[in-house]
Amino acid sequence: MITTIPQNSAFKWSYRLYVTLFFIYLALPLATVCVFAFNDSVFPSLPWEGFTWAWFFGDQAPYIGVFHERPILRSVVTSGVVAFWVATLSVFVGTCNAFLFVRHEFRGKAFLYILMLLPLIIPGIILGISILVFTSNVANTLEDATGLWFDGLRPGIILVVLGQFSFITTFATLVISARLQKFDSSLEEAALNLGATQWGAIRAVTLPFLFPAMAAAAVVAILMSFENFNTTLMLVGSDAPLTITMFDRLKLGSTPVLNAVSLLLIVGSAILGLASLLLQKK
Amino acid sequence: MKSDKSKLTFWLLLSPLVIWLATLIVLPHVGMFLVSLREKVGIREYETSFANYAVFFNEPLYWNTFARTAYMSIAATLLTLFIGFPIAYYIAKLTRGRTKTTLFLMCLIPFWVSELVRTFGWMILLRETGVVSQLLQYAGLVDGPIEMLYNDAAIMTGLVYTSMLFMVVPLVTTLDSLDDSLIEAGYDLGGTSFSILREIVIPHAMPGIVSGCIVVFMLSLGNYLTPILLGGKDSLWFTGLIYSQFITRFNWELGSAFGFLLLGLSSLIVFLGLKLSGQSLSKTMAR
Amino acid sequence: MPSTPDLECRAISKSFKDFKAVRDISFSVPQGTFFSILGPSGCGKTTLLRMIAGFQEPSSGDLLIKGKSMLNVAPNKRPVSMVFQHLALFPMMSIGANVGFGLRQRGVNKSDIKKQVEQVLERVGLGGTSDRAVSSLSGGQKQRVAIARCMVLEPDVLLLDEPLGALDLKLREHMKIELKQLQSEFNTTFVYITHDQSEALVMSDQIAVMNHGVFEQVGTAKELYYEPQTAFVAGFVGEANRFHATVNTVKDGVLNLKTPEGKSLSSLDLGQGLANGNKVDVFVRPEAVRLSRIAKDVAKMGNTGTGIVENVLFNGANSQLILRDATNAASMNVALPQTGEFRDLAVGDTVHFGWAPEQTRCFAHQGN
Repeated sequence: MITTIPQNSAFKWSYRLYVTLFFIYLALPLATVCVFAFNDSVFPSLPWEGFTWAWFFGDQAPYIGVFHERPILRSVVTSGVVAFWVATLSVFVGTCNAFLFVRHEFRGKAFLYILMLLPLIIPGIILGISILVFTSNVANTLEDATGLWFDGLRPGIILVVLGQFSFITTFATLVISARLQKFDSSLEEAALNLGATQWGAIRAVTLPFLFPAMAAAAVVAILMSFENFNTTLMLVGSDAPLTITMFDRLKLGSTPVLNAVSLLLIVGSAILGLASLLLQKK
Repeated sequence: MKSDKSKLTFWLLLSPLVIWLATLIVLPHVGMFLVSLREKVGIREYETSFANYAVFFNEPLYWNTFARTAYMSIAATLLTLFIGFPIAYYIAKLTRGRTKTTLFLMCLIPFWVSELVRTFGWMILLRETGVVSQLLQYAGLVDGPIEMLYNDAAIMTGLVYTSMLFMVVPLVTTLDSLDDSLIEAGYDLGGTSFSILREIVIPHAMPGIVSGCIVVFMLSLGNYLTPILLGGKDSLWFTGLIYSQFITRFNWELGSAFGFLLLGLSSLIVFLGLKLSGQSLSKTMAR
Repeated sequence: MPSTPDLECRAISKSFKDFKAVRDISFSVPQGTFFSILGPSGCGKTTLLRMIAGFQEPSSGDLLIKGKSMLNVAPNKRPVSMVFQHLALFPMMSIGANVGFGLRQRGVNKSDIKKQVEQVLERVGLGGTSDRAVSSLSGGQKQRVAIARCMVLEPDVLLLDEPLGALDLKLREHMKIELKQLQSEFNTTFVYITHDQSEALVMSDQIAVMNHGVFEQVGTAKELYYEPQTAFVAGFVGEANRFHATVNTVKDGVLNLKTPEGKSLSSLDLGQGLANGNKVDVFVRPEAVRLSRIAKDVAKMGNTGTGIVENVLFNGANSQLILRDATNAASMNVALPQTGEFRDLAVGDTVHFGWAPEQTRCFAHQGN
């Protein structure tokens, strides 16, 4: 039960066995994906035909590697652009929100706070369709009224950014608020006391303190943006981000090139994830 | 003058929040609700009615799918709880120091990876030409290839896998805060492992259990990728219906109504879960 | 025929990797005794207590309760109960459910549980609180619930792991008396561990002073105070001035000692086989030293001296004087009697002091 309480060894060992099996279950799909990225075969499955780097660097059909697959490279760029904007916007708004909720008292604060948390409990696909419906209606109305085209409000990269931003901001707010709450505001008062202006004090003392949390929030935002599927699916236009491109490929049948992309994603995510943990620990 | 300045700061801070929530959360949902109340009577002619909701209740396929999604999600939630609890307990109570950190991180890592990659992994493993099927054939346990994809068990495997983190993390956090001496006291007073689990450990872990279950249920209910890829075309998942109304059939009115029903169910479960456990949304979510 | 002791340890030891926490301790506790184990933190007393409770297995030796060996008996099957350091009351249960926990485990029927819980709560002065939450209680009340929770099971031995440590000073003083009363009322054997000597001295029938994994001395409070058998006990129980000295002569059961500065001291020979030239540590309690303004008053006390008042630490009945001995410049603490005689004593004054050889203890110097 706990280490200080004697337990019969059969139980202890079966418990350990269970934990081991659990971790195998966790690792199995990811390990499989990674292993078959190196299989010298056009199908990501057994039998093992030998080791190859072709699914990364190959440029001869049918062995077109990731780094020579135009559509995949393009979608990585799209994902990168989306992730950049989502991270920038959500960290900016998240920081404002953190200052607002931690430093200010106002009427309706509790209500706004609950509203701020809502995106967490709205299924992503519904977030996607509600934004789709809303922006289309706005675009229709505007086009009817002005006779101009509002392509930005039609499914496409801008809507994808807005859709992801709409719920990732909540995470950014929570991460940054948590750090701001730990800030000893007497430091800022000391800076003011030493002659700094309000904004100068924030810039010299508070923001540097907040920086690790902002960076962590940005990393989390990039991670979430890269892997988001549900919301993106409803808002995507012609420039598909990586997950959508992979999904379309997957429906058609997979080649180990998808394994290679996945392996790169796994490595990237692990690095970013660990980075965000390290940043938050600071 | 100072108060003018701080008022200005306040409004400057408030505006991004309000713009974000109003244009991306509140108005879209209000808009979606209005659309769901629209009945198409002619080309670009609409009337307000509950016709779309009536369609849902009159078409068995729709509400069967709805009910099926709900109870499959409940099953996935319970399964995740039963599988995850012993793991969380092991990490929180039976390991220390570096082992604990490592095991905890090992739980986290798979979830930083895109859900698509995880699901892809299961597809490679479970499909007819997949790794498991072929290994079984090599081992001589089966004669021909077996299809393990496109059934409820596959959906369940994927959902449990995808949700595990959201169960294990809150459980580890709450179990960690349970003082070992309480368990020792329970033993000292003659308790057995089972009675201590029931009377001390589980009551203490209840907040974690509730928040884990709420999140897992919500995620399962709103999941699209796992049921579609692992369950195939006949997976009958409600999000699949919403997608096809929107994208394939282009019937946004009905799709919006479906969306609202799903949102309603999801919110209802969250609300009930919080009420039953006497917790607040802010405490449960802001971990 | 002597009755079987409630608790008996035979050459019990516990080692962790290369550290020996408890070394070959043997002792027995007769029924109804309040037995304390007193020692500084890290002396192994908690390990010893946890071995008795069953949360740690002895590396060697045997442990008997009412004559039955407890080795290989799980903690939940032992006839001992424990009051934990932070009490470990179950916050998820009401007071009544806490107290009834052990009875429920035994499968006692509900109405009996209710009756017994109410009775035991009555006995600790908390009748009628059964349905309240644990968090509604004060520190002292929680203490009583923790004891009631154990006592309702009628254990052969009740173990207490510094339960007063978390309380504030006033309450602690009060709880000392209350615990002692509860113990005699229930007439259960208590094994109490603490690092606070006053807790041990006030409450216990028997005290074991523990250091570095062994019992230095076992005895009543008075024995430990007046007749410490080792230098550690002399220094740890009560207060003492400590001097280094060398044995000069041994004659008629009296040791004549010399400090390095040449001051002569005399002490009773306790038959430790000290011989001329042995280095010793000399202990004398501040309250054993008599003060006077007239040298003649203390001249015949065996150990005398003249000192200059260096500091007066006024603390009511516990006031002390710090003196600087005029001959050897040693600093000395002396209890300042509050009879009014020394009320006007001030820093820089000269006083004479003395104490009897019977009040002096000396032990072979350990280490360097």
